[in-house]
Amino acid sequence: MNANLAQDGTSRRDLLKLGALAGGGLLLGIGLGGCSKPAALGGAGGQPVAWLRIGGDDSITVFVDKSEMGQGVYTALTQLLAEELGVALEAIRVEAAPVAPEYVNNLLGAQITGGSTSIRDGFEKLRKAGAQARTMLLQAAATHWGVAPGELRIDGGAVLHGKERLSYGALAEAAAKLPIPKEITLKPATEFTLVGKPAKRIDTAAKLDGSATYGIDVKLPGMLHGAIAQCPTLGGKLASFDGSAAEAMPGVKKIVGVGNGVVVVADHYWQARKALEAVKITWDPGANANLGSQGIRSRLRNAATREGRGVRADGDASAAIKTAAKVVRATYDLPLLAHATLEPQCCTADVRTDGADIHAPTQTQTIAQATAAAAAGLKPEQVKIHTTLLGGGFGRRLEVDVIPAAVLASKAVGKPVKVIWSREEDTTHDTYRPPAHDEVVGAFDASGKLVAWKLDLTGPSITARMFPPVVATAVDPFAVEAAANFPYDVPNVAVNYNREEIGIDVGYWRSVSHALNCFVAESFIDELAHAAAQDPYAFRSGLLRKQPRFKRVLDEAASRAGWGKAPAGHHQGIALMEGYGTYMAQVVEISMRGNQLAIHRITCAVDCGQMVNPNIVDQQVEGSILFGLTAALWGEITLAKGQVQQRNFDSYRMLRLPEAPRIDVHLLASGEAPGGIGEPGTAVVGPALANAIFAATGKRLRSLPIAKSGIVTA
Amino acid sequence: MVTLTVNGKTLETDAAPDTPLLWVLRDHLGLTGTKFGCGAALCGACTVHLDGQPVRSCQLALANVGAAKVTTIEGLSADRSHAVQKAWLELDVPQCGYCQSGQLMSAAALLAQNPAPSDADIDTAMAGNICRCGTYNRIRKAVHRAAEMLKAEGA
Ligand code: FES
Ligand code: FES
Repeated sequence: MNANLAQDGTSRRDLLKLGALAGGGLLLGIGLGGCSKPAALGGAGGQPVAWLRIGGDDSITVFVDKSEMGQGVYTALTQLLAEELGVALEAIRVEAAPVAPEYVNNLLGAQITGGSTSIRDGFEKLRKAGAQARTMLLQAAATHWGVAPGELRIDGGAVLHGKERLSYGALAEAAAKLPIPKEITLKPATEFTLVGKPAKRIDTAAKLDGSATYGIDVKLPGMLHGAIAQCPTLGGKLASFDGSAAEAMPGVKKIVGVGNGVVVVADHYWQARKALEAVKITWDPGANANLGSQGIRSRLRNAATREGRGVRADGDASAAIKTAAKVVRATYDLPLLAHATLEPQCCTADVRTDGADIHAPTQTQTIAQATAAAAAGLKPEQVKIHTTLLGGGFGRRLEVDVIPAAVLASKAVGKPVKVIWSREEDTTHDTYRPPAHDEVVGAFDASGKLVAWKLDLTGPSITARMFPPVVATAVDPFAVEAAANFPYDVPNVAVNYNREEIGIDVGYWRSVSHALNCFVAESFIDELAHAAAQDPYAFRSGLLRKQPRFKRVLDEAASRAGWGKAPAGHHQGIALMEGYGTYMAQVVEISMRGNQLAIHRITCAVDCGQMVNPNIVDQQVEGSILFGLTAALWGEITLAKGQVQQRNFDSYRMLRLPEAPRIDVHLLASGEAPGGIGEPGTAVVGPALANAIFAATGKRLRSLPIAKSGIVTA
Repeated sequence: MVTLTVNGKTLETDAAPDTPLLWVLRDHLGLTGTKFGCGAALCGACTVHLDGQPVRSCQLALANVGAAKVTTIEGLSADRSHAVQKAWLELDVPQCGYCQSGQLMSAAALLAQNPAPSDADIDTAMAGNICRCGTYNRIRKAVHRAAEMLKAEGA
């Protein structure tokens, strides 16, 4: 059986019609009829595609539709399939799925890895595929032996009948001729043997010997290398360039103007980088020539005086505030942030007159395909997307800005070209996390009861650019997370959102608006606890009596952290959130010596529903916390004259190993539906830390990063 | 043509003498396990050994390699049998994995000269390697675990 079939572009429909494959394999596809797709994002229908291939040689391959960016999907989704197929995780090989409508993420409406949706989207799909294949293999074996399927059992990739044994590979050809069963009963959670177990990741070994292939590692025959310079002013364009000196340099093949930049194509990457410095470029800075951070901030402040659009209204918060005995008000300002994936943006394009191949570390195959096709002047179905491993995603690779330049360069030279951004290009040409200016009010009645909460959010919308139909009539759902679902028991709640664009593109950044809004909400609820002269944990707890899942993680984090029992000189801060169907609370324990901050321990309690792989959940929680810690401590992108002032890791600081605190992760058993785990930790750590700093110093941090308040890490 | 010794093999390259070793390895010699992260000695993704010492290959011009022996992640062991590779596998350290070649090379160099490093030693040796995915706590455990394995092997 041809191991490359899946990626060689034979359409899925054709593959299924082949039935039994050459060499006697089974290729199983499942239709995903009945799934709800937000029509606004472009729906999908059509023929089923393959999830699974069983070769006559007993090889088992799963086609994973999600991109592996470190979050462990290749392992966790394979575990789901293996559970129902009845084979060991190690028996299955993973291939990245091509682009096809059936790989559309039901929760996002396109073939996208993001929003911590992979498990939620795949939890049933992959198990169903495994169960269908198992049923067909059993039926084929039953026919062979002339017995009922109920008399057979499966073990280790084979069907057994008494002492007789037929391997899946031996049965695959016959199974392929059977109809795909429609009615499938999936194992109940109580019978899981793989799901919920802390299995080792299947992609680890390749990441230890240099053999794992990321976007930057793609090698194609005859491939050339491209280095790119883009207009330093965000939103600006290329006016003209003089490449005469650069063209004469060693290895240089061509210099290509690409709209907002210049690509030098050479035999080798370093030749291209050096020649790029010799290109004389004139930029057209465009509308942002005078844009600065101060201007962005005042723009948001001014916009905040408008009445926002309501996203939550319980009771009448404004009226309750007017008649309250005590009112507390605060304003929070949050900065732009870059994603800083460790693998810089890169893309390899091989554009021909009749088609193109794009090799890219992308989180969004559907949009990548459409973008490459448009740049190449081809139809989307003429473009094949080959998803490599991603050297970090964090939302950055939902963007496709890296693709057109590679396509244009390849088209210009008639050969495959790999374009790699320098770190400086990557930092200065991101789509940044939106800044925010938020105003929040809490009001108590004469008895000291919290009777009103009013939160007014102001910031630019990511979704308005990425998926305009979604916000045609509604508020950007990715701007009001961790705000609209305010969990505390307060009779009058108002949450409003004021969209204000700032002239530059903003993007989805790990945990998106959760990280903004959780910081504000969980810092301010802490302010209210102190205003009410109550312990911040007890205050929250008292308002969560009707929220058992919130209360459970809050209590667990507090008790595991020894809330209120910190050693002398140590101080604690607490915060919680629900996001992506996951409930989380964190306690951060610190000490301060003057302005020197030491973080001693972070305790995190998580209820993410049914877990697929606790080992990976643990990795994700730790990693997402450190990601959020980097942002809280140092993260800030600033602009002057429309240009980003941070360029590399010296000016855009990352947390390093000596700065990583101890993290205790407590995963709570839960029978609830699976929640997402890649992102919540990022959002919760910032407010928990800021609340600890308040406990230690009495200084309330209402803007980030913390370093800007004069606090340094010890 | 410049001759250099990489992973025990003598290789020739026509790369210009001022080309950083990182790009000689990746582009000219096809050894893509060594990664590019910053190009400025700030992230450690490009760490290789030069006569056993960890160096940032993005900062080392080909002309300055001379007769020194270069070891990359591909040459750390033939079969992932180096103690750091075994410990990293046992503790499932990598997430995206992009930084891990550099992390492993830094850790291997540390253990070669300090077979029982303290937490403070690990802090010093590993501070130059950024992991954006935040695998630091597992890295720390894995360095200690590798030290244990080396001790057991030596015993
Ligand atoms: S690429 Fe050499 S230190 Fe970052
Ligand atoms: S594992 Fe992703 S950067 Fe370290």
